[in-house]
Amino acid sequence: MSEQSNPIRDAIAQAIGDNRVILFMKGTPDQPMCGFSARTSAALQALDTPFAAVDILPDPRIRQELSAISGWPTIPQLFVEGELVGGADIVAEMYETGELAQALGVAAPADAPVEAPAGADPAPAPLGIENRLSS
Amino acid sequence: MATSTELREQIEAAIPGATVEVESPDDVHFTARVVSDRFDGLSRVQQHRLVYDIFGDRLGAEIHALSLKTETP
Repeated sequence: MSEQSNPIRDAIAQAIGDNRVILFMKGTPDQPMCGFSARTSAALQALDTPFAAVDILPDPRIRQELSAISGWPTIPQLFVEGELVGGADIVAEMYETGELAQALGVAAPADAPVEAPAGADPAPAPLGIENRLSS
Repeated sequence: MATSTELREQIEAAIPGATVEVESPDDVHFTARVVSDRFDGLSRVQQHRLVYDIFGDRLGAEIHALSLKTETP
């Protein structure tokens, strides 16, 4: 595939560049579709930090192109200032050591849990929420 | 289908001398802990990549999830 005709990859690269903190996840922070994505967005929310979130589920090419850019095979993926910080395990570990707050340039709120928060239970498979086959 | 033993042996083969523990409740979701001095001086992202790269396309396919903790001795 030629580089000049890859609008999805370009859009992802631009989103990573435009947003200081951006999380690619399955589902949304309010309705995560996977436990790993739920945990990672919950860690960011516990630090009270604003972040952009991209749901990769609507189009399989988003995940494909994202992994091609980042060299990281799994979802979620957190980027801060254009750099891949890591996936769910790394973010949870950094949350617990305080490195995540440091990387984000925020102070952890006094009431933030010491252990990485578990996050909301992931929603069941999105059957019935949206039938993507019908359109 | 993958097994914890198979994953452990593959990691041990790819990172000689590593101490590897792999657990799985269902042979599709795995938790691994890898201790190796190969990780010395690498960022966490680079450490995890080293392990992810062992499995290539199998990650996300037959290996649905690999929860990873990497450490130096």
